[in-house]
Amino acid sequence: MAQEQKQPKKSSESEESVETAPETDVNERKEALDSDVDDILDEIDDVLETNAEDFVKSFIQKGGQ
Amino acid sequence: MSVRRVMGTEVEYGISVAGQPQANPMVASSQVVNAYATSTLKARRARWDFEEESPLRDARGFDMSRQVADPSQLTDEDLGLANVILTNGARLYVDHAHPEFSCPEVTNPLDAVRWDKAGEQVMLDASRAAARLPGNPQIHLYKNNTDNKGVSYGAHENYLMRRSTAFADIVKHLIPFFVSRQVFAGAGRVGIGQERPKHGFQISQRADFFEVEVGLETTLKRPIINTRDEPHADPEKYRRLHVILGDANLAEVSTYLKVGSTSLVLAMIEDGYITRDLSVDGPVSALRAVSHDPTLKTLITLKDGRKLTGVQLQMEYLDLAKKFVEERYGSDADYQTKNVLERWESVLDRLERDPMECATELDWVAKYKLLLGYRDRDGLEWDDPKLHLIDLQYADIRPEKGLYQRLVRSGRIERLLTDDLVEKAMHEPPTDTRAYFRGRCLEKYSENVAAASWDSVIFDLPGRESLQRVPTIDPLRGTKKHVGGLLDSSETAVDLFNRLTGS
Repeated sequence: MAQEQKQPKKSSESEESVETAPETDVNERKEALDSDVDDILDEIDDVLETNAEDFVKSFIQKGGQ
Repeated sequence: MSVRRVMGTEVEYGISVAGQPQANPMVASSQVVNAYATSTLKARRARWDFEEESPLRDARGFDMSRQVADPSQLTDEDLGLANVILTNGARLYVDHAHPEFSCPEVTNPLDAVRWDKAGEQVMLDASRAAARLPGNPQIHLYKNNTDNKGVSYGAHENYLMRRSTAFADIVKHLIPFFVSRQVFAGAGRVGIGQERPKHGFQISQRADFFEVEVGLETTLKRPIINTRDEPHADPEKYRRLHVILGDANLAEVSTYLKVGSTSLVLAMIEDGYITRDLSVDGPVSALRAVSHDPTLKTLITLKDGRKLTGVQLQMEYLDLAKKFVEERYGSDADYQTKNVLERWESVLDRLERDPMECATELDWVAKYKLLLGYRDRDGLEWDDPKLHLIDLQYADIRPEKGLYQRLVRSGRIERLLTDDLVEKAMHEPPTDTRAYFRGRCLEKYSENVAAASWDSVIFDLPGRESLQRVPTIDPLRGTKKHVGGLLDSSETAVDLFNRLTGS
């Protein structure tokens, strides 16, 4: 599923014609950024509590200031 | 004036007991505080001295009657809840249904960040100590401000101000600043509204829980400007501005800018420097409107008819602050004052261009970026429990579980401090306020300290029938410079007391 989601984004990037240096920088940065996001999500997948719904439901606080 | 002034933060942590959603939070909070006390204290545990507390005194010049006050406002009554005063000068205790860490008094924004972060580590150690209690309760703590089920708890800031400044001026000039400050000080939240929140993301944890502009309450009808007038210092000279609308920040830059910019704005108010009227039409709804728009494009209407974004309103204050510092100091301004101005400007410029450029510095942007990543990769909607989990787990203080902690460890969040500096601040007091005297007394003479508070240390000395109260009413006395030598050379509490009193 992850692949399906990412595919369109990549192809739209490659369609943009890149002519000037600054834009190349922007695109390179964006790609670096995207791959960084993928890396961190993979990392976080490993530490997320397993049953999100139960976990969120059971986080109940009493009032404070 | 500059970013320097006596200040400090106090944070109520969210608390949960693994597998026991119905666990009594006061019991769990007490377990955390008591476990830390037992694992760190050398001798007796000093009580909190409530003598100088006056939570019902209103800055507008009257006292609320105890009969009409909500029981939660009577914070000066000793309910027997756990309380411990630490060697770093901080107070770790149970406030309402949460463990709270109140920082020692500091004099500058970076130290405010340092002892605020030390508070996280104290809480982490405390929860680990609690896990060693009989029954091994797995108590988890969260540095956030809402359970997303209608309840909010605070992360307050305190700033010492000159008494001579008219409170009306503080109200007038601070409200527009507070309405917009969240653009960099917000911690980010999944959900919009108080109870049964609507789906979506907003930049502040707290914005939706504020209902009035000015008031004394902190637990209900929360006001943008809180009027509690309890200076913990000479009331003729000082007031303590008790700021209750901020979010609990994990990102050091967020906290640094939050307290640094606020301190500068207060300096301008004290100096009568702000002559522009930046008053906002309907500040309570403006506060929410700014929070509900992570694109930061929403316009707020000023009373003079202008329409500005939250970032632009902040730029008005920044512009004033730059001129103020330039006129008062020129190039002689201290490092932190210059640094706060530079960072404030840089962050606002980037927020205006593209908020995502601040993902390595600001909590709400870092969190938002993670959430968008998940939405994008997994096709999640804002009502998905996984996104709510990410919001919650961002604030988990455990290094192995907290998402903020993971971002820091992988170098994705900028830091201003080192682990070593934070670790030291768990035990050592700031050297330039009365917290130094308090902390050193607790560290060196704990057997003889019966009680302490912000403005006193009370000794129980051998050979004396009554307790001996040493007032510490001036926050800038009792520093290392004043009493460091005295503390170093006094072997016992009796020596110290005799030399302090000249007896």
